[in-house]
Amino acid sequence: MAKKEVKKLEYFTDWKYAPSPEATDHIRLQKQYDLFINGKFVKPNSGKYFDTINPATEEKISSIAEANDKDVDSAVKAARGAYDKTWSKMPAKERAKYIYRIARLIQERARELSVIETLDGGKSIRESRDIDVPLAANHFFYYAGWADKLEYAFPNRNPKSLGVAGQVIPWNFPLLMAAWKIAPALATGNTVVLKPAETTSLTALKLAEIIQESGLPDGVVNIITGHGPVGASMVNHKDINKIAFTGSTNVGKWIQKAIAGTDKKLTLELGGKAANIIFEDAPINQAVEGIINGIFFNQGHVCCAGSRLFVQESVAEEVIKKLKDRLETLIVGDPLDKNTDIGAINSKMQLNKINQYLKIGVNDGAEMYQSSCSIPKKGFFVRPTLFLNTSQSHRISQEEIFGPVLAIQTFRTIEEVIEKANNIPYGLSAGVWTDKGSRIFNLTSKLRAGVVWANTYNKFDPTSPFGGYKESGFGREGGLHGLMPYLKF
Amino acid sequence: MERIEVLKTYKIFIGGQFPRTESGRFYPLKLKNNMTVNVSLSSRKDFRNAVIAARAAFSGWSARAAFNRGQILYRIAEMLEGRKEQFLEELKQLGYTPAAAKKEVEQSIDRLVYYAGWCDKYQQLFSSVNPVATSHFNFSVPEPMGVVAILADESSALLGLVSVIAPAIAGGNTCILLASESKPTCSITFAEVIATSDVPGGVVNIVTGSRKELHSHFSSHMDVNAIINCNSEKDFNKTIGENASLNVKRVFIWNRNWSDEKEQGPYYITDLQEIKTTWHPIENIGISGIKY
Repeated sequence: MAKKEVKKLEYFTDWKYAPSPEATDHIRLQKQYDLFINGKFVKPNSGKYFDTINPATEEKISSIAEANDKDVDSAVKAARGAYDKTWSKMPAKERAKYIYRIARLIQERARELSVIETLDGGKSIRESRDIDVPLAANHFFYYAGWADKLEYAFPNRNPKSLGVAGQVIPWNFPLLMAAWKIAPALATGNTVVLKPAETTSLTALKLAEIIQESGLPDGVVNIITGHGPVGASMVNHKDINKIAFTGSTNVGKWIQKAIAGTDKKLTLELGGKAANIIFEDAPINQAVEGIINGIFFNQGHVCCAGSRLFVQESVAEEVIKKLKDRLETLIVGDPLDKNTDIGAINSKMQLNKINQYLKIGVNDGAEMYQSSCSIPKKGFFVRPTLFLNTSQSHRISQEEIFGPVLAIQTFRTIEEVIEKANNIPYGLSAGVWTDKGSRIFNLTSKLRAGVVWANTYNKFDPTSPFGGYKESGFGREGGLHGLMPYLKF
Repeated sequence: MERIEVLKTYKIFIGGQFPRTESGRFYPLKLKNNMTVNVSLSSRKDFRNAVIAARAAFSGWSARAAFNRGQILYRIAEMLEGRKEQFLEELKQLGYTPAAAKKEVEQSIDRLVYYAGWCDKYQQLFSSVNPVATSHFNFSVPEPMGVVAILADESSALLGLVSVIAPAIAGGNTCILLASESKPTCSITFAEVIATSDVPGGVVNIVTGSRKELHSHFSSHMDVNAIINCNSEKDFNKTIGENASLNVKRVFIWNRNWSDEKEQGPYYITDLQEIKTTWHPIENIGISGIKY
């Protein structure tokens, strides 16, 4: 059989992208942010503040309060007070109206929130503008509607709120994760103490301002900032009924252990190492776009990132060639530029971790391929990276890197790829690319993962449950299923 | 000299426009302030025009994302809240006490918010994946029926029509509503609210006139998929039922007390939905047991 020639994908153009930076003059940021407790911004007991920086420039943006145990306690007390006095007694349809207001205020202030999200976290403005912020608003809008309909969601039961929810969220989707946590908790009648990640507190604090503006009764939502110990203090607080955590598997395991023997209810949304599987009959060009989106979306700082690519051997050469071509076209740089595909790595720490994994990959014998693009001298950036000739036992194929690094393996049979895809402690998500519908449904039933995307990737919607199998955590966020973790029957 | 008030001409609402009835007819309605409104006495032809508008709007409206429909219903509530005073005054002129008028408007707003929330939720409750014994992925989902003709509650000026329009359009249907004959003014003002709430033209059509004259036309039109009568006239309902059989219209007699909070819920939406079941093969190769 004559070998099929793989043509280069034609991205060539004489036109260069002119810089197209999003304006920042319309945003309102303070020099210093306090803790949001009981409807007011209050100084932290520690008197300490830490810097939040722009990871694309390493310049300081603002100072953020460092909470301690005492602050956690007053936030929990405020949440308990609000729960007892107002929130649990309010008719559900009135509760809904506050949540609708929050959704509307986010929509109205979408542009400001997008710019701040990009400044503080490093993600491209295109993503914060088109994905993070609208999805956050939609999430509030969606769950607002559930508040007075819970008895329909759980027929023959009498759903009741839990009380005070302690919520700890990561730095990869700061505002969106706050929405995923707060919206269902409020809709089900709980009050909230939320801790954003220390590198990305700003949009959560802007959300606190929005919550203030919405007239939500004091103490229903409290937002406290700081480092790991603040989260630990929340987890161990005696008057918290529910812990919701999104973050690393290691911390998730620690939390599960810490609350053992208590009555606290727990949901964990942890790490992932998703298999993105391409069969020979897949629409290859479309699949290449899907792989690129799957791993390079949000600099790869995505728990459900398609970080393991499985290509059927017969099309491996073509897919890899096209991937390399496409990789060259990705624009890495200023996150505020509307043309940017890949923005800044969230922190120095994360950059070091990714670079360490690049070394590990090479040392383990995998073949590294990087885009030849230039990256800014200042700020935290890394070139989008492919690893070829990886095997199942390589650390880069087993461990979550949380960066723009794709480990590629090939396979021959469907049995083999199912085995390889499932043989990992994680089970958050997977991708399948094939023209055959019947094969998609075969795989969705055999892949041990909470979300399976078929001929698409990284799709999110307030109505769609999201969450993992195995060490990727338990509980679902989104949809009807996302109500359950905040209710008792 | 005292300023003379500008009075409003109450027309009808078809395809997003406010025409007068093509028949040129009217019926007088005396208000509490002794002014008289000349209400359009809509004809069969007006109704038929409204069905054309509703059918034309159906494909676009039913294809909207459920979330988008939710936003639009919520927008109607926002607009209604903003024009609360106008409705209070209009209800007063129809004979409502201030307290009853306030309740009527506030319940109408809340009901719109309630159904706004359902737009993207009832599907999850009433869809199913069916565990068929063969190797098929088999699922059933609700889909809107199409064009719904509504004879609104005679006793209610606003809540009665909101309570029926909202579940119909929340589920992706389009509708033509005949307003309460004795209390028609609010329905046209409500049409103004609809017209300024991003609801595409033709999704909601409102005519005024005589139920006695129009009920047989509402029920016999061959391009209407469902008919709702919110009144209990036995002879009308018999005619409606018989006419409906011409094209197997779904008939609903919703003679309800709409001010009762229980008279809202997802079943008002699902009544106006069809269920579609899809079979899709599942490839039956590969490892059978899952080890992880």
